[in-house]
Amino acid sequence: MNREELIAAIKEIASPYTGDKTALDQINEETNFITDLKINSANLVDIILDLEEKFGIEIDNDSMSKMLNVKSTIEIIEAKLAENDRK
Amino acid sequence: MKPQEILAKLPYSKPFLFVDELLQIDENGSTGTYTYDKDLDFYKGHFKDAPVTPGVILTETMAQIGLVCLGIYLSESANTEMKAHVMLTSTAMDFMKPVFPGEKVTVTAEKVYFRFKKLNCNVIMKNEAGETVCKGNISGMVTAKMHD
Repeated sequence: MNREELIAAIKEIASPYTGDKTALDQINEETNFITDLKINSANLVDIILDLEEKFGIEIDNDSMSKMLNVKSTIEIIEAKLAENDRK
Repeated sequence: MKPQEILAKLPYSKPFLFVDELLQIDENGSTGTYTYDKDLDFYKGHFKDAPVTPGVILTETMAQIGLVCLGIYLSESANTEMKAHVMLTSTAMDFMKPVFPGEKVTVTAEKVYFRFKKLNCNVIMKNEAGETVCKGNISGMVTAKMHD
């Protein structure tokens, strides 16, 4: 999956949790979930659980604490998918 | 951790403590009871001359017995040094029957998940006749601080 496809997947998963549709339409690697999409920390947990399910990955606490913007989220998904491939 | 230890850790007092007994608690859920004293202040205004327990108070009761007691149990069993606070983050409730002054209710909570400090529970409240008065889903973040 390339970066555009990953951004599209994140956009779809984040969609029900944000009230800021303008910010969602403009989503890019620099988008921050909390400051740009106005998502609270509790809903950020749900986004991460949804990403785990969609990609069949398991996200640990350390990774989770870094997943504040789209770029770091993509990097973590890519790293976890690569780990799965090695198994 | 025993139920009595958890009750002692609750950060509430009258008139906003809505747990009398914690009957059972383990990693999957909790059960507790509360009796609404007919002299509670909100009955004077909800409603004028027709007192009924407000839905927000029923929700709070379910949050204290379900979410807060279970959150403290799950966090402090894993880390005895921690003083856990539970911040309510969302609720979705259905109300089926009114709860009148003096009624005793039993709340049962079942953990759906506890990940990344977020606790999500299904909760159900029954009256003394065993009828479901309300049910729903409730979640909160467990933090080490009272204010974040």
